[in-house]
Amino acid sequence: MKRPALERVLLAHGSGGRLTRELVEGTFVPALSNPALDALGDAAVLPELPPGRPALTTDGFVVDPPVFPGGDLGHLSICGTVNDLAMAGARPLWLTWALILEEGADGELIRTCTNSAAATARAAGVQVVAGDTKVVPKGRGDRIYAVTAGLGVVPPGRRVADDRIVPGDCILVSGPLGDHGATIMACRHGLVGEDLRSDCAPIHRLVETLFDAGVDVHALHDPTRGGALAVCHEAATRCGHRFVLEEASVPIRASVRAVCDVLGLEPLGLACEGRLVAWVPETEVSRAVEALRQTPGGGEATVIGRVEVRDGDRLPLVMETEVGSTRPLDLLSGSDLPRIC
Amino acid sequence: MCLAIPMKLLDRDDFEGTVELDGIRRSVSLMLLPDAEVGQHVLVHAGYAIGTINEDEAARTLDLLREYADHMVDL
Amino acid sequence: MTPRDPYRDPKTAAGLVQRIGAASDRLQRRATFMEVCGTHTHAVAAAGLRRMLPEGVRLISGPGCPVCVTPVDYLDRALALADLPDTVICTFGDLMRVPSSHSSLERARAAGARIEVVYSPRDAVARARFAPSTRVVFLGVGFETTAPTIAAAIAEADADGVPNFLVLPGNKVMPPPMAALAADPELGVDGFLLPGHVSVLTGWNVFRFLADVHGIPGAVVGFSPTDVLRGVLELLEQRIRGEATITNLYNRAVDADGNRVASALVDRYFEPATVTWRGFGPIPGSGLVLRAEHAHRDAGLIDVEVPDPVEPHGCRCGEVLRGSIDPPECSLFGGACVPDAPVGACMVSAEGTCAAWYRHRLHETTV
Repeated sequence: MKRPALERVLLAHGSGGRLTRELVEGTFVPALSNPALDALGDAAVLPELPPGRPALTTDGFVVDPPVFPGGDLGHLSICGTVNDLAMAGARPLWLTWALILEEGADGELIRTCTNSAAATARAAGVQVVAGDTKVVPKGRGDRIYAVTAGLGVVPPGRRVADDRIVPGDCILVSGPLGDHGATIMACRHGLVGEDLRSDCAPIHRLVETLFDAGVDVHALHDPTRGGALAVCHEAATRCGHRFVLEEASVPIRASVRAVCDVLGLEPLGLACEGRLVAWVPETEVSRAVEALRQTPGGGEATVIGRVEVRDGDRLPLVMETEVGSTRPLDLLSGSDLPRIC
Repeated sequence: MCLAIPMKLLDRDDFEGTVELDGIRRSVSLMLLPDAEVGQHVLVHAGYAIGTINEDEAARTLDLLREYADHMVDL
Repeated sequence: MTPRDPYRDPKTAAGLVQRIGAASDRLQRRATFMEVCGTHTHAVAAAGLRRMLPEGVRLISGPGCPVCVTPVDYLDRALALADLPDTVICTFGDLMRVPSSHSSLERARAAGARIEVVYSPRDAVARARFAPSTRVVFLGVGFETTAPTIAAAIAEADADGVPNFLVLPGNKVMPPPMAALAADPELGVDGFLLPGHVSVLTGWNVFRFLADVHGIPGAVVGFSPTDVLRGVLELLEQRIRGEATITNLYNRAVDADGNRVASALVDRYFEPATVTWRGFGPIPGSGLVLRAEHAHRDAGLIDVEVPDPVEPHGCRCGEVLRGSIDPPECSLFGGACVPDAPVGACMVSAEGTCAAWYRHRLHETTV
């Protein structure tokens, strides 16, 4: 029997009864389908883990607007989870996908996000093996939120961690920074641009490319919330060394810089959802950059800075400015708000 | 208190205009710059065009800046 | 990627810095130059300019951050209005984290107050148009660059018949406090870097009195690193020559008379009045208030209980704003008062002098 397409989310869709089943079996399972999910058990029973150490992550997704140039909340939720695992050096395998829907949310939006999540999972080679749906009354949510967990495996012999960063290491990024954050801020504040789209993408294959090329990757971070500024500041503080970024080398698209100029935002503080920052030994950086550039999604990889010894109480993160001086880079306080001053 | 960005005026309809910088477009009010001409570069602050960029003076400034770069003083 | 910006060219900057060094040597004494625009404070810090300047040039910040000079009772009133039924406060992002006597707009929003950040005063008018039974109060802060945009927004609300758009007036104008600073014998300002975008609106003539009456040179400059460096060089050279004039180095955007349409629009809705600046107290003619015939737009006339203002104990923002101390001279700086936990307004705003000092570690010689 063909079920009518979901028109609008009702409270009853979350009550566990017939409407819940219709939603799960009519919208979610057909899109995300795989043996574990299709069994619809209370828990997904999985095949044995491949050799190595399991890695587990969790994430929440509340992006506004939920559909934006370059993606939507569905796509973002899969990428974000896969990428967290990849940054720990893990190969992502299985995800869970729990939705919190607001009463009255548009059925088309839910379908769009679900189908995106499914397509992204397939393309990334991962499976969504368990899910959940809750519905909150109108006004108590914002259309659709997603919460995920992701399970992967770090192959034997591989360890990626901030404590492996040493003076002499080079800092590289897989592509231009700030695309996602700039796109979202542009949507919220009436700016449009054909060139402006989120960079949201899974980056685990970029990580495997580096290891396949024999690069001894010391550390990895994806510059999501808080941007490259946040991940560099945290990693520098944790490893105890001094990071020097070179402003002239940091790749930022002209359109992203324009959004920042108009709204008064710091480009390095904007989120990326499809980029990695890697710390690799100086002797291997050319090989690393070359390997990334040959891989889809890494075509514009480049070195943005270096790691030095931190003397005494010098600062953990500084930038050599385009104009020829050196200045500290501090974590931004507060959320990104457009300013006039 | 002066975050204002030069953007190019692409079109206008009465007191509404569209401005552009590096592919990013926004609508602006021309109430403070009623004589703005399409094709001019205007300074945009808080959703309003507040002044025009004089292209000749801008070119002169750039020449001057190049001089500073090219000719270091003999001390 | 972004092509190399000629206004940020390192060779140009190096050439200017070299000339500044030579000029400073010729002057043979330390020169103190003051900028009076929060956007300049931010631009100087972001480009790391202070560290490029020689020992003989001291760059200080004045009361150029509109958020920082807004007295605490303005925010107290805004928060009291936010608590009224059917009222929404619309504000520029700059004000959200500034401490009021007991809270902040950000904290009040978290507690349920209807407070929304907008990019433009037009957005607030649109908000009012969209919800005719809601009273929308726009927090009108800023200097001469922003006042015309607020006047234009009121004009739009008038033309479109949007009675529920109100403004809480808080705009200020620069010349009066600058006159006080210029006349301050203890401050000893040798020259002013004049605000480029304020000058677009006002014309640079409004700053002539600094040179003509007080004998202090001024340079109108833009906001790129090379613009600011050119200004520093110009001021040094005037001092060496014993001159005092206003030089317009931002002539691609600024002329002597400014934007007359904008001035007329401001004049239609606002008139100058004595208002209080944090750190200065009341200054005659330094603020803009709504004219009596526009009282229906004035949110300041709404009857609401405002607590007695409480200035944070030990806060020396006032002296910082007057340029009489540098931030590290305040005992709270960097300890009790840091960007993540600001006590005073100068630390909250990205353009506040204390925030700029702290973020760029200007109190440390090496970075």
